[in-house]
Amino acid sequence: MAVENRFAHDRWEKRDGESVGTVSEIVTDPVSDWAADFSHLAPEWSADVYPILDDLRQRCPIARTERFGGGWLPTRYEDVAAIAHDTEHFSSRSVIMGNFRPPRDLAPIGGSPPITSDPPFHHDARKLLLPTFTKAAVGRREASTRALCHSLIDAFDGRDVVDAANDYAQHIPIRVIADLLGFPPEDGPQFRQFVKNRLEGINLPQQERVTRMSALFHYLLTQVNNHLENPRDDLTTFLINAELRGQKLQASHIVGTMMLLLIAGMDTTWSAIGASLWHLARNPEDRRRLVAEPELLPTAVEEFLRAYAPVTMARLVKQDMYFGGVDMKADDWILLSFPAANRDPAQFDRADDVIIDRQINQHAAFGLGIHRCLGSHLARMELRVALETWLERIPDFSLDDPSAVTWSTGQVRGPRMLPLRIGA
Amino acid sequence: MKVRIDAGLCQGHGRCSDLAPGLFGEDEEGYGKVLGDGMVPPEKEDDARRVALNCPEHAIELTQGT
Repeated sequence: MAVENRFAHDRWEKRDGESVGTVSEIVTDPVSDWAADFSHLAPEWSADVYPILDDLRQRCPIARTERFGGGWLPTRYEDVAAIAHDTEHFSSRSVIMGNFRPPRDLAPIGGSPPITSDPPFHHDARKLLLPTFTKAAVGRREASTRALCHSLIDAFDGRDVVDAANDYAQHIPIRVIADLLGFPPEDGPQFRQFVKNRLEGINLPQQERVTRMSALFHYLLTQVNNHLENPRDDLTTFLINAELRGQKLQASHIVGTMMLLLIAGMDTTWSAIGASLWHLARNPEDRRRLVAEPELLPTAVEEFLRAYAPVTMARLVKQDMYFGGVDMKADDWILLSFPAANRDPAQFDRADDVIIDRQINQHAAFGLGIHRCLGSHLARMELRVALETWLERIPDFSLDDPSAVTWSTGQVRGPRMLPLRIGA
Repeated sequence: MKVRIDAGLCQGHGRCSDLAPGLFGEDEEGYGKVLGDGMVPPEKEDDARRVALNCPEHAIELTQGT
């Protein structure tokens, strides 16, 4: 079957790999002043971001950087919430703060609708996807997710030490997203690389970034073509057939949304599962309590999401404006740190303590306002099932070597190496 | 006590139906919905208060009376 016209390569080559937009200078110097020169790529940020955020919240509270072409980092819950709700002054045209700004005319659609979309387009693009991600729809994936968790633990096969990040947590969202989109499950390692390129390749030279983005576009286009020839009951076929305002979706919209699901669904949930296991490995009283009282797990999951919120988003300032005591310029970045908001003592009692039976927990781990994480119910299900299964099968575990634990860099935070000693 | 969801504020976080599944559900797009007429039986009033305090969008309204 011939490739449908809207997917013919030359029709959207221009967008392929970000060939238009603004590129700023790559700065990799160490950070000496977090209030005036912050960087979410600094090793201190990866190692332990919370003392940095707490310090800025007390003395700033909106930090500045000239890196990445200029940007701001609000650290109070109140400011993060206000910006997340204010789509009139802050655009989602790009949500990854780096050295590349897409052209202004990419709004209101953006490269990966609906996460990069602004109103009014955002509403319709999101509405299309909502039914796939309701609790009821997500619940139908629970049994297969649980079976996967069991098979991953079966594969530990008597080992004393396992890397919970790479041998367990990572595989869960990879499989869930591959099933959702109808991609070959054996492509998992490839997805992993695509996502890492996008999220952690921020300071690579522009040409290198473009080359890597092109590889992702071409992979997704191959999947689209495969689904055109062999339609099936999955989200890729759904997107190919979907209509928005009476028109089929543009190829760039379809591929952009697939890219969003791949990127937003994977490292985020991987991080949340890993950070929760890291916490339980270091806090035996919490671990023992959850083993004894599994019904507490949904409450504990909300607390892990608050305390170890994996996701930080970004916005671009639309026009020069005064906000929270600072003069923001058009096209300044906002690094929208939900982790910072979730540790604000003005919003949470004992904000830096992890209290697994916290009763009042208005956390913002999945964002606030119209961009509330589309996959939040999927993520919660994966996180709960992953922890439930782990605790049931492996009630006793601890960090094998705390110094061997490594954390990701950039806007998604979670353990990337997590050696756990299992068994009493 | 009566509960209501402000549809202009609800973003479908789903905390209400997680915490009080007897009082709240979700619609076909995942936004919160009040089950029945929204009247809260006395034994569920604490649940309703807890939901209101956990909604990240402050979308839950509680009113006293019948």
